Amino acid sequence: MTTLRRRKSSVKAGRVLNITLTYAVLIFFAFLFIFPMLFMFVSSLKANEAIFADLRSIRAFLPVGDLSWDNFRYVFERGNFPRYLLNSVVITGSTVALSILVNSMAAYSLARLRWRGRSAVMLAIVALLVVPFDAIAIPMLLMVSRLPGVAFGAEGMTLTDSWFNTHIVQIFPFVASAFTIFLFYQFFLDLPKELDEAARVDGATPFQIYWKIVMPLAKPVIATVAILQSLAMWNQYLWPIMAVQSAEARPVMPGIQEFFTRSPEWGQIMAYSSLVTLPLLIIFILFQRFFVRSVATGGLKG
Amino acid sequence: MTRSEPRHLDGAPTMASARVRQPRPRSSDGPAALLMVAPALLGLILFVVIPFVLAVSLSFTNQRLLSPNPTEFVGLQNYTRLLSVRPLVIPAPRDASGQVLRDEEGHIDFPRVRSVIRGNDRLDGYKDVLTLDVGTRRVAMIARDPVFWRALLNTLTFALLVVPLQCGLALLLAMLVNQKLPGVPFFRTVFFSPVVASMVVLSIVWSFLYDRQFGLINQLLTAASFGRVAPIDWLGNPSTAMLAIVIMSAWQGMGFQMVIFLAGLQGIPQELYEAADLDGANAWQRFRFVTLPGLRNTMVFVLTTTAIAALGLFTQVDVMTQGGPNGATTTIMLHAVRSGFREQDIAYGSAITVVFFLMILMLAFIQRRLVLGGNK
Repeated sequence: MTTLRRRKSSVKAGRVLNITLTYAVLIFFAFLFIFPMLFMFVSSLKANEAIFADLRSIRAFLPVGDLSWDNFRYVFERGNFPRYLLNSVVITGSTVALSILVNSMAAYSLARLRWRGRSAVMLAIVALLVVPFDAIAIPMLLMVSRLPGVAFGAEGMTLTDSWFNTHIVQIFPFVASAFTIFLFYQFFLDLPKELDEAARVDGATPFQIYWKIVMPLAKPVIATVAILQSLAMWNQYLWPIMAVQSAEARPVMPGIQEFFTRSPEWGQIMAYSSLVTLPLLIIFILFQRFFVRSVATGGLKG
Repeated sequence: MTRSEPRHLDGAPTMASARVRQPRPRSSDGPAALLMVAPALLGLILFVVIPFVLAVSLSFTNQRLLSPNPTEFVGLQNYTRLLSVRPLVIPAPRDASGQVLRDEEGHIDFPRVRSVIRGNDRLDGYKDVLTLDVGTRRVAMIARDPVFWRALLNTLTFALLVVPLQCGLALLLAMLVNQKLPGVPFFRTVFFSPVVASMVVLSIVWSFLYDRQFGLINQLLTAASFGRVAPIDWLGNPSTAMLAIVIMSAWQGMGFQMVIFLAGLQGIPQELYEAADLDGANAWQRFRFVTLPGLRNTMVFVLTTTAIAALGLFTQVDVMTQGGPNGATTTIMLHAVRSGFREQDIAYGSAITVVFFLMILMLAFIQRRLVLGGNK
């Protein structure tokens, strides 16, 4: 008995040591992960001189001293920020909505309906998974420069002879996605067959089944796609710096560059940075269960 | 994958075949099914297939973004300019008695690479990428497009540094937050938060942190070493600029790989750990013989996707250093965008992206082979 108890207590001591060590490492890493963004948020409330003065101490991370919303006010009043923000919201929102609709519809047809050439099409879509956007951005630039389109600007809707400097050039190329089709396809394959069959007997058309029965069940995939796609679209940078040179249709991320060159005031740059980071950060903290799960499922295709 | 469908001559199943194969005729699927798949297919053809075909075909022309001149077929000209690379050996200069000429400090007094190239007609158009001294010889790597080769070396350096750092730490963090301890969800959120923020924003914040004079990183180093470490000009020094970008990139992306590892860890059956405990395995052996084999496919997936992402390095460099100092952080994508967009040479930019795509394809094949090989 006594030996047993002694062993238990030594195991317990080891466990305590383990937990202490775990927390020490976790806290060390947490500091490394928090401090750049904390510095950003705190600095956005300070005047330029105060940021540099506080750098020598822990005050750099603390909201102390002369704090004000002046930087934020400046960002909203002097720059094109409200326009960039609206552009980003419109572009992200419409791309995500269209993407969910178009890709889920295709995936439903590929997974649950019967037609000739279906498996060949699916095979082709899987093959397209390997083509990254970076590898086609340059020739696409030439293509969109010669497509007739519409632009929405201060004068309302105008017809253009090129897609440059429009919203659509930032939306349409990202709607259809092999990866999104693949995610929906895998989900639809696992749904029980009886679902469609019962509805068919009742005389429902394929589209009605998709809209009324299958899509309501697909909420987890819809959430996954919405999250991954919103992240990618909100943070777009490479494509808009090439395809959009006017402020009319410019989104927030290339907007920072432009803002930076016009005002080298660090407080204001940090305010701008905080403003474009906060929306996604808040959404992430609210829906973090979904976020983490969606990355885990979205990341594991294979 | 889908099962292959029985083929009918006219696309619609005949009554007889329908009765044999399925209980009810489904001829109504034809038009509806095609209508539902059409928008996505149209999008993929217009914005993936056509640009891809364009990339390959334009790379054999002299197409420019905005030019009144007609496009001409130029054959392999873009590729020869891009891929011409060769070593150039420069022997040490000697005086009449065969003694190697040296300067006051004892360094061999090699002639400039540029002047050696100029003295040789066959090397017309070549410029030096880098040089290496081997004994009394200097070996130079020379190329027609030195920026591309510099970019290729930089991108590979970046990938070789960032992949092990990012994935190794991601695995460590995943194992730490995989324990059922109070506060763990908070830490998971913290580690994932940079993934949610934008790379552009973080690049701007980190340029400030890396600043030689005011940067917090130098302040911390100085404080931690009691002033023994002199402030480093992280982004302004060719030898540290790439390292600075590696650290920042690993920090930003790690949370993503952590979550994928977490999913992999939770897929390892608990019984295996219990069995290992019964056999008296210590922590390292548990990790080595249960965790690692259990994570095999996750590991392959994470390593290859991280490597593929690393080859596309663009945003951080574009914001933080614009490829400098002295070309030390130029990358393949940066070179492609500079050629294709800023210099409007779409054809040459396309040739660069074709080479980039072939590198990605190679990694994707390696991934497939490893996964399939492991499942046999």
